[in-house]
Amino acid sequence: MSRLRGLILTTTILVVFATAAYAQRGADGELRMLYWQAPSVLNPFLSGGTKDIHAAAFVIEPLARYDDNANMVPALAAEIPTVENGGVAADLKSVTWKLRKGVTWSDGTPFTAADVAFTAAYCMHPDGGCNAAPRFENVAAVEAVDDHTVRISFKVAMPFPYGPFVGSTCPVIQKKQFEGCLGAKAPECTAQNFGPIGTGAFKVKEFRPNDVVRYEMNERYRNPDQPAFASVLVKGGGDAVSAARAVLETGEFDYAWNLQVEPEILAAMEKAGKGKVVSAFGTLVERLIVQLTNPDPALGDKRSTYQDGKNPHPFLSDPAVRRALSLAIDRNILVEAGYGQAGRVTCNILPAPPAYASTANDWCKTQDVAAANKLLDEAGWVRGSDGIRARDGVRLSILYQTSTNSVRQGTQALIKQMWRQIGVETELKNISASVFFGSDPASPDTYQKFYADIQMYANQFNGTDPQAYMQGWLCKEIPGPDNQWIGNNMPRYCDAEYEKLAAELAKTAGIEKRAAIAKRLNDMLMDYGALIPLVHRGEVGAHALSLGGVRINAWDALQWNINEWHRRK
Amino acid sequence: MSRYVARRLLFAVPTLLVISFIVFALLDLAPSDPTAQLPLTIPPETRQAIRESLGLGQPFHIRYLKWLDQFLVNEPLNLLERMWGIEIGDSAGRLRVRSWATRAPVVDLIASRLPQTLTVVGISYIVAILIAVPVGVYSACRQYSIFDQAGTFVTMVGFSVPTFFTGTVLIVVFSVWLDWFPSIYDTTHRVTDLESLLVQVRQMVMPVMVLGLFNAAQLSRFTRSSVLENLNQDYVRTARAKGVAERGVILVHVLRNSLIPVVTVIALGLPTTFAGAIITEQIFRINGVGQLLIGAIEGGDIPTVQTVTFIFAVLIVAFNLVADVLYGVLDPRIRYD
Repeated sequence: MSRLRGLILTTTILVVFATAAYAQRGADGELRMLYWQAPSVLNPFLSGGTKDIHAAAFVIEPLARYDDNANMVPALAAEIPTVENGGVAADLKSVTWKLRKGVTWSDGTPFTAADVAFTAAYCMHPDGGCNAAPRFENVAAVEAVDDHTVRISFKVAMPFPYGPFVGSTCPVIQKKQFEGCLGAKAPECTAQNFGPIGTGAFKVKEFRPNDVVRYEMNERYRNPDQPAFASVLVKGGGDAVSAARAVLETGEFDYAWNLQVEPEILAAMEKAGKGKVVSAFGTLVERLIVQLTNPDPALGDKRSTYQDGKNPHPFLSDPAVRRALSLAIDRNILVEAGYGQAGRVTCNILPAPPAYASTANDWCKTQDVAAANKLLDEAGWVRGSDGIRARDGVRLSILYQTSTNSVRQGTQALIKQMWRQIGVETELKNISASVFFGSDPASPDTYQKFYADIQMYANQFNGTDPQAYMQGWLCKEIPGPDNQWIGNNMPRYCDAEYEKLAAELAKTAGIEKRAAIAKRLNDMLMDYGALIPLVHRGEVGAHALSLGGVRINAWDALQWNINEWHRRK
Repeated sequence: MSRYVARRLLFAVPTLLVISFIVFALLDLAPSDPTAQLPLTIPPETRQAIRESLGLGQPFHIRYLKWLDQFLVNEPLNLLERMWGIEIGDSAGRLRVRSWATRAPVVDLIASRLPQTLTVVGISYIVAILIAVPVGVYSACRQYSIFDQAGTFVTMVGFSVPTFFTGTVLIVVFSVWLDWFPSIYDTTHRVTDLESLLVQVRQMVMPVMVLGLFNAAQLSRFTRSSVLENLNQDYVRTARAKGVAERGVILVHVLRNSLIPVVTVIALGLPTTFAGAIITEQIFRINGVGQLLIGAIEGGDIPTVQTVTFIFAVLIVAFNLVADVLYGVLDPRIRYD
């Protein structure tokens, strides 16, 4: 009996101690993370790579961030400004942020509105090469009203004024540290770019570019019992498969980032019982872009250009062909073969947030080869002796390009087979990502030039508001020689109705109304078949079973709640 | 000899200039874009601004001359300043070759990578020599014996199986199954006492063995054939006729003569130690010079690729000269003058 009582007593003491330890700053030792693409620089304004934004998110914070359900939560701000609480002006032309009081930088100096205004000046400088600059588009001025109030005024009415300083891509940097780094001097400030001073839960201890970052806890962090970890190691290099192995099989690391690994390999590793694979879905969609203009090399300069609609594609301009191509694809197989937990079938180019996702296009979720064949038969595309359909001497022969990447090549091969079933011939081409996504106007192989019939890649938008994303399919966004092939409208889609609706979105406030318009825009694109969505892609990571507090987040950096991560007892 | 060395050094200057031009031009003309890796959410105008901030707006010849000036004049001056702690001219305003990905001076990046590359790859090279020479000599002395046959088999396998395969197999066996060695190399580990030395040894075992066996395969074949060639020479028969013991014949007479070509091969292979073993570094995450180069190529970080490649070129030219000179020093029959 006494032994039992002793046991209970010991357990109670242990539990008490464990809870106490959990609530104590720095009690959980070291957190070890693997980023197979190593961080290159810790100033997110000069990098833009996800790995660098994540590495900086340990240290520097925005005014507000997104949680894992796409809700905005205050970080350095005291509250989220809205029209209701008076933070957003009634004419939608300015927003006033109230800052959290009593916050200090890790060097002990107080965080004030001057830091916020300085960050804006830093990023808006024309020679700085800041890659969060698009967040400050339409910003007229950012001024510190007092120490704890910042007003951002816009040149036009902004129904969604949460561009600047929301999310980890646009954090606040310290004025004192970066004062000498404006404009052309920005890249030369190596010490600052490698060791920004922040307000976050950790501070940089050692940084070796493209290799290792070591952080230690920030003693001045505003929540006295956080972070639970005393230090963090972010190790880079290697590849995704071995990163997954180090967490799931050998248990050497606590978290592995971005595991683009064949699904069956990950599942086998997870069976070792040391870790767990987690995923989150944002707005990233792997899609086919349909070339609506004629990419024929014989056209010379006019190849793949819009020419006010006078240069239509020989067969992809037929809506029946576009619909049939989409119907013939079995998206479930694509997900299973290439993505596993990192993907799900989608029929929308705007798949999330949930309020914005349309259900009008769900016909594409099931493959229907018979219907596709019927559509083509009715449109007069007749199979030749080789099984390939043709009409008036035009054969349904597609050049299908994408970037070099094993999953993409697998998808290409599967789609080629699926299209073969409806009498469409496909030639596959892959181009190195640095060329394909590069914007050398002299290169014929860029995704903007689109010298092919179909191309495939993934795209998404920052944050939760799709306005800028949906505006990508306006007529003025069509790439061509007159704008140095710059523009987002890769299919060369141009529709007056769409323009009108997009303009309406730009003036409408209120989430529900905006969502309704965005859905209609999405449905217009899908009905027309300018883009064929394939897979809604998620972010996949793996963490050790002993790691608690991880809430993988597709809307913001993984580190958005790093202060809450802890060791499970 | 010194006249020969001087002449070779003079020849090296135009050679290196031509190489620098080719390296710069090839990489510059290659269709690669440093902003291609950025998320597609960043609009083209911003990309253009970023490219201009990287200095890509200037014409080719200006960028080439600037790079040459930065690499051949500014960086050596910086090095001198750091070595002697002095200041030559306007050292703060001096332009340096900067990496596009990290925005840091490339030479500093290389300097931070050299220690791990040199320890791991350097030690593996020494291990390779220590394995290869005895194995090669013994195989030659016992030609067609079981040892020789087995040695030939093992070296052939070692030479033909790529390091990315042996590396992964070692990780699966010794890290995943047996849990003896870590699969990831910790570059920040400092050796301060016996215990930390043990940690360092443990994390070095697998990469060193993978590289060591690979290099040993090649070297031992070389040693074997060189010893075999010497064994049939007249001077060996003379030594034996004099009554020198077999041990003496091999270790004193044959070995010294047959190592002459082996030494030059070793010298020619040395630049690869600096270049790092790109694949092995990647597998074990020993983020050294080789991994720096691979990462820079993937990320379109042209200044880093140009600089690292050019440094390799310099090393190769230099060690070719060293090998030639060594040959002359070791073998009195060879005279260059």
